[in-house]
Amino acid sequence: MGLVDSINWMAVAFYVLAAHIVVSALLVVCVRNIVHSVLWLAVCFVAMAGLFLTLDADFLAAVQVMVYAGAVCIMVVFGIMLIRRSDMGHSNLFNGQTKIAGGVVALVIVLCGALSARTQWLLSPNEVPAETVDNIATLLLSKYVIPFEVAALLLLVALIGAIILAKEVTVDATDSER
Amino acid sequence: MGENIFTGIASGLSGLLDGAGVPVLWNDVILMVVKLVAILVFILVNALWLVYMERKVAAYVQCRIGPNRVGPKGLLQTAADIGKLLSKEFTWNKYWDIVPYILAPVLIFVPPFMIYAVLPFGENMAAIDMNIGLFYFAAVASLTSIILWAGGWASNNKYSLVGAMRVVAQMVSYELPLVLALLGVVMLTGTLNMSEIVYAQENVWFIFTQPLAFLIYFVAGLAETNRTPFCLVEGESEIIAGPYTEYSGMGFAMFFLTEYASVMLISAMCTVAFLGGWLAPFGLTFIPSWLWFFLKMYVMIFIFMWVRWTYPRLRVDQLMGFGWKVLIPLCLANIFVTGVGMYIYRAIGW
Repeated sequence: MGLVDSINWMAVAFYVLAAHIVVSALLVVCVRNIVHSVLWLAVCFVAMAGLFLTLDADFLAAVQVMVYAGAVCIMVVFGIMLIRRSDMGHSNLFNGQTKIAGGVVALVIVLCGALSARTQWLLSPNEVPAETVDNIATLLLSKYVIPFEVAALLLLVALIGAIILAKEVTVDATDSER
Repeated sequence: MGENIFTGIASGLSGLLDGAGVPVLWNDVILMVVKLVAILVFILVNALWLVYMERKVAAYVQCRIGPNRVGPKGLLQTAADIGKLLSKEFTWNKYWDIVPYILAPVLIFVPPFMIYAVLPFGENMAAIDMNIGLFYFAAVASLTSIILWAGGWASNNKYSLVGAMRVVAQMVSYELPLVLALLGVVMLTGTLNMSEIVYAQENVWFIFTQPLAFLIYFVAGLAETNRTPFCLVEGESEIIAGPYTEYSGMGFAMFFLTEYASVMLISAMCTVAFLGGWLAPFGLTFIPSWLWFFLKMYVMIFIFMWVRWTYPRLRVDQLMGFGWKVLIPLCLANIFVTGVGMYIYRAIGW
């Protein structure tokens, strides 16, 4: 039992989840079939939710599963189904601009590394509260109420836009029948 | 009598392991595995019975007799069916996308099982008493549509593909009213914890204070479990069982099992949110809490079956129109009225 107790299980969980995230994210880009990309994307999102769970942020983990794995993947599915190619084996294409891509990627990695090394990360000595939902709700409806409302308005605009786009198609259809 | 039988077994097992010198971490792990296996057995046994019950209810509704040959009153019919499904050959087809094809029936059972883990089957009888239980239910349940879609797409069959698209469209449309209906309950209780929601119904069940939310939840639940009148996903007469067309043997059996697990889950969530969970009505506390939960769940399941064998199937456009143009506005109205009502109650000083 000594060996079992000496293992830092949180670290094990972190590295397992991190490996899942990195590998599945790579596969999202590398597989040739875009349907497989979507499925790997879902794996990546679920692993990310696991990472939130190890940080005791269970509400955030549930949001991650619901919004990303549940909704964003479904949006991509709709996209795939509406613009389907006859040959799905070559639906996730590559292009040959490796030099530019390599430069941009190197720049991003260097910038992220440098910035995160220079940042003073805030470390709180307090325990994570058992009920995170209450705090999030209080902050969302007091301090961050304006961004919250702006986001709500933006979504409403998108919703109405989608309805109008969909409606116009039916009007055209009846016009052409006449 | 019998009230503490399951919690007693759990604490007895924990004490036994403690006495044997097992460390706390392993004690917890073993106890959790035992609880999850118990839930798995619960789901499997109930699914076995529900398939039989479904056939008998269908027969009763349609003035038939139903299965009556295998075993006494046909009770062994489902066992015989499982034997048949197990012995079926797993066929290979080069047009299938084989990895998602095999994974879909395996993974489809995971989300319902994950939700069962947080369900309070009786007083202090949730395997995991989660603070955000209701939200967790909504989040994990949203994963089923992409798994079902993967299975339908990987089959590479036009009926499966149409069925898979209908899965995505229908589940996304009806998830929204399902969650928004539960929001009315959350507003009244101010918590997402399922046990606390049950305790909040000590005086009056939420079916009486939130009748509209209950109805919306019921209709959306029918759609989420793909049952008639919303069974367009399978639609035997038009798209030949949709995403399940290409599956045979145990692959199909897993989808079938999950369908019944979902029906039970939707009924159980309905019991928790609207029917007072494990609380005994009229002070009949001599019947144990878990039995009350079970009884209420089965009443809901019976109503689900009753509806299934009574109504015909909707059309796709009717289905989408009903979801988006009727249920969601009703949900929003319910939330608004609930909010105003709560404010007025508080102003009066109740």
